[in-house]
Amino acid sequence: MTEQTLLTAENLHLTFGETKALDGASLHVRAGEVVALMGPSGSGKSTLLHCLAGIMAPESGRVVYDGRDLTAMSDTERSTLRRGEFGFVFQFGQLVPELTCRENVALPLRLSGVGRREAHRTATSWLERLDVADVADKRPGQASGGQGQRVAVARALVTQPRVVFADEPTGALDSLNGELVMKMFIAAARETGAAVVLVTHEPRVAAYSNREAVVRDGRVREQEFAR
Amino acid sequence: MTAVKRWVFELALGARMSLAGGRAGWTRLALIAAGVGIGVAVLLSVATLPTALAASSSRTEARTEQISADDPPKSDETILVGLASSQFGDVAIHGRSLQPEGSRPPMPPGVTTLPGPGEMLVSPALADLMRENPLLAQRWDARVVGTIGAQGLSGPADLAFYLGSDTLTEESAFRVDAFGATGVPDEGPDPISLLFPAVGMVVLLLPVMVFMASAVRFGGEARDRRLAALRLVGADAAMTRRIAAGETLTGALLGLFAGALLAVGIGLLTSRYATGKLSFYLSDLRPVPALAVLVIVAVPATAVLVTLSAMRKIVVEPLGVVRLSGTVRRRLWWRLILPILGIGLLAPLASGIDVESGGAAEIQVAGGVAALLIGLALLLPWLVDAVVNRLGGGGVSWELAVRRLQLDSGTAVRAVSGIAVSVAGVIAIHGLVSGIENQVKAADNGGSGWTGFQIAPQNDLPEQTWTAALRDTPGVQEVLTIRSHAAEGDGTLLSIKVGDCTALARYADMTGCTDGEVYGVDAPAAAGTYTLRDGPTWTAPAVTRQVRATTNSPGYGQPMLLITPAALNGTPIPGTTDEFAVTLVSGGGADAVEQVRNTTARLDPQAFLLEPGNSAFAAAMRDIREGLLAGTVALLLLIGASMLVNVAEQLRERRKVLAVLVAFGIRRRTLAGSVLWQAALPVLLGMALAIGFGSGLAAVLMSAVNAPVSIDWIGIGTTSGAAVLVVLGTTAAALPTLGRLTRPGNLRDE
Amino acid sequence: MSVSFALLGLLENGPRHGYDLKRSYDDAFGRDRSLHYGQVYSTMARLLKNGLVEVELEPGDGPDRKRYAITDAGITDIEAWIGRPEKPEPYLQSTLYTKVVLALMTGRDASEVLDTQRAEHLRLMREMTHRKAQGDLADELICDHVLFHLEADLRWLELTTDRLDRLAAQIRR
Repeated sequence: MTEQTLLTAENLHLTFGETKALDGASLHVRAGEVVALMGPSGSGKSTLLHCLAGIMAPESGRVVYDGRDLTAMSDTERSTLRRGEFGFVFQFGQLVPELTCRENVALPLRLSGVGRREAHRTATSWLERLDVADVADKRPGQASGGQGQRVAVARALVTQPRVVFADEPTGALDSLNGELVMKMFIAAARETGAAVVLVTHEPRVAAYSNREAVVRDGRVREQEFAR
Repeated sequence: MTAVKRWVFELALGARMSLAGGRAGWTRLALIAAGVGIGVAVLLSVATLPTALAASSSRTEARTEQISADDPPKSDETILVGLASSQFGDVAIHGRSLQPEGSRPPMPPGVTTLPGPGEMLVSPALADLMRENPLLAQRWDARVVGTIGAQGLSGPADLAFYLGSDTLTEESAFRVDAFGATGVPDEGPDPISLLFPAVGMVVLLLPVMVFMASAVRFGGEARDRRLAALRLVGADAAMTRRIAAGETLTGALLGLFAGALLAVGIGLLTSRYATGKLSFYLSDLRPVPALAVLVIVAVPATAVLVTLSAMRKIVVEPLGVVRLSGTVRRRLWWRLILPILGIGLLAPLASGIDVESGGAAEIQVAGGVAALLIGLALLLPWLVDAVVNRLGGGGVSWELAVRRLQLDSGTAVRAVSGIAVSVAGVIAIHGLVSGIENQVKAADNGGSGWTGFQIAPQNDLPEQTWTAALRDTPGVQEVLTIRSHAAEGDGTLLSIKVGDCTALARYADMTGCTDGEVYGVDAPAAAGTYTLRDGPTWTAPAVTRQVRATTNSPGYGQPMLLITPAALNGTPIPGTTDEFAVTLVSGGGADAVEQVRNTTARLDPQAFLLEPGNSAFAAAMRDIREGLLAGTVALLLLIGASMLVNVAEQLRERRKVLAVLVAFGIRRRTLAGSVLWQAALPVLLGMALAIGFGSGLAAVLMSAVNAPVSIDWIGIGTTSGAAVLVVLGTTAAALPTLGRLTRPGNLRDE
Repeated sequence: MSVSFALLGLLENGPRHGYDLKRSYDDAFGRDRSLHYGQVYSTMARLLKNGLVEVELEPGDGPDRKRYAITDAGITDIEAWIGRPEKPEPYLQSTLYTKVVLALMTGRDASEVLDTQRAEHLRLMREMTHRKAQGDLADELICDHVLFHLEADLRWLELTTDRLDRLAAQIRR
């Protein structure tokens, strides 16, 4: 491997009641690359994303980020890690409805202890970058779906994370808006050098990745990207 | 007909939905029923009070002696009645000495056979008390031969006795030929007793109404979601409203039932445990029919109306609920009308209540207080809006809470307005009561700091008997004899006290007193001639020094002549009666007091015992005060419960956002902080407004009864403390829900 | 082209007569158009010439006496063919379908066939997405056309992957 592996999942197992969500899943993510996680619904791709991001803990197996074992960390340590190193974009309903778009984008910075003024300045520049500066002072409910999703992308990137986890980021959008979001998202991620783990069932969204991994029955079939 | 049928069907559907709503539905139903039930119980109890009070006071009147200006002539049908009332601890004991003058004496109600000399009849409550307290059992030199029947007692807890006697004279007793006061003119309504019922009712009932109104909205958001599901299968807007009304109605009817049960329970407890004026027989506890019907009809009707008016602010669409309230700008001007009206009504009272006006003043006070308190409830939403919209900055948890309140403060404010109204009312009454209490206490403790007793015997036992008996009483330190007389000269009544400097010190500041001097309190300085009570004239020595009376002295407020023995040069004033001043060993405690009362009652049941201060009155005030505070704390707890329901509901509605925030690495602490702020901000504002209004109201009421205006820190402290506890408790109780909702699994179900 | 691989693949499970071969082919692939005898014999002749099959003669005479068997070279050839992703282009399904069925019949991993194809499709989609980002509106529209077609193919691949179990059961029957 020429590039350094940043995030690794090794042989993860996790069951919810009767169903095996993860059944020996493994995955490697290199710094700066975009990996699409594809597979039928219920295959465990979202669960894998949650485990990779340290939101959930697998029952067995290891998740290693930058040499650190996430599965051995406490909840607090993982929260701290997520605040500093990770960003998230979800399908919908992820922006805090009471806060303005600017405040939503500034939120991760403020959670990391950045001052209000500073956080807002950075948030504004990110909103401009994603071409949604005009909704900065509106609430998410007053922005369109596509704008809201771009605000969410801005929020995911505002801390300059090393990995952004995106779970069906365009799932609630039409193709044109979805495309716009993806174009800006991936471009911005590449610029900042963030790796992206992208869960999607849409091939055209997956086409923004460097390579894809297919999740089926809780296992991953990883396809190496051959350029 | 079909329309009626449809209505019934839809109301019934609502009722069924509320019953079949699963755990959340049951919780909602239980909360509504509890809220309405408590309200109904209070309302029914209040509706019972007039009949109960009337029954009790009619019995009290029936045992009161018919006293006329000229005593009826002594006959076969007369009886001599001596006042033998006593006190145990702070509790007053109604007592009479009875001495029939013929074969057919009138008998007080509840008495079938008059006690003979050395015998006594006691009320059941007094019998119990005497059994429990041997000290009290020794008080009267008589054997208990029976009990007084219920028709001769104000209530089951009434402490009363009749003492048989053969030593009563026309001097020490009065002669009656019948019991039962008919139209005894009161001393006139005293402003304090005028204020309490009026203000009390308003303060008590308003928060209950506010609480009931917010109770029927409990769990409304879950209900709205259910209604939205109904819209999806084809119910129209009017139908959903009726179904919602049916749901609320179920809760309200359950609450009515629970409230009735609760009221019966309160009645049972009252008849068993209540003391003093609130002691009633079970048969007294019949609600005024009209009021009871009003409660039964008005409560469910109001519940339905509140639901419908709340539903007007939302549109239930098939795919969800749209709230219209979010963008409504709250206007100030009309919210000021009621408070201003209230101030207008109350302001003239600040200079004192015009007692002569009778009912009008009462209505004015009640109206003013009601207007002020309702005005407070109306002002609060505006205030919260205005304040919250100006807030900004701060940490993340603060920002989340403030923004949430900016978007929708209605829910939070509704719960808090109940707190605000009751707290303002309580602070007002509490302030007024403690003001009066302090006034009474200050009178007790002012001046010389005297804490002794003064005994004025009504019989002719020699002085030696009294002083010896009192000196032998455990806990007594010193007994001084004061010779006392009433004199009249130039149309002024003059009280004459003869005693040594220590004895006289209880009437006035006697610093530097020497034997041989004559002290005047508002008395003519020159030597003058006076007519004594029994007829002879007497020339008083000239006053050598003017002194100021101590405020709590017996006979305070009238001119007095304080004479040291040497000033009389050995010529005593004719016909002097002796009074005995008793000083207790400091730290003698309650037993010493009871011992003095015992000695006095055994020597002469009719003797007047002047006790330091008005402890019974002060105790009554304290009871009112403490009862009020306890009630408020209970109310606050209930409101806390309703706030908790709101918070939990809100959190559940936002589980997705919460899960995303957790993904971003938000600390639980930050989320908990935002819940805390969200509860604390409206409560804080409500409390501030309530304390302001309450203190102002208290000030007006205090000056209305001529009590010194002061700020009631105890009331403010207690209610604020309780409010803080409610906020903290709400937050703490919401934490498990928060924990559950921020578990990672919640990102899953989309 | 795919017919010859299909026939070759059918031989992998054992030598067959020409008539058997035609019947098996018609059962597995010949939904709309059955194979002519002539086509079977001409294809076999070509495969024979290329050394991918050999003929076992049974006693007796007539064309039915010839049994065809696959050679080692033939197995290598079919192996390579099944494992090689097709160039994504329209009307690919019949070839892919043939490959999947053959893979299932010969005990190869059919889902790998599909995943390999999916990767190839995605590779082209990435290329198109990339080209779209560089070009003008005309490029964008053309690329989108291709992308949507590729996406449709890809969805078919996914769906087939999910239904492999059922297909295998049907073929085994």
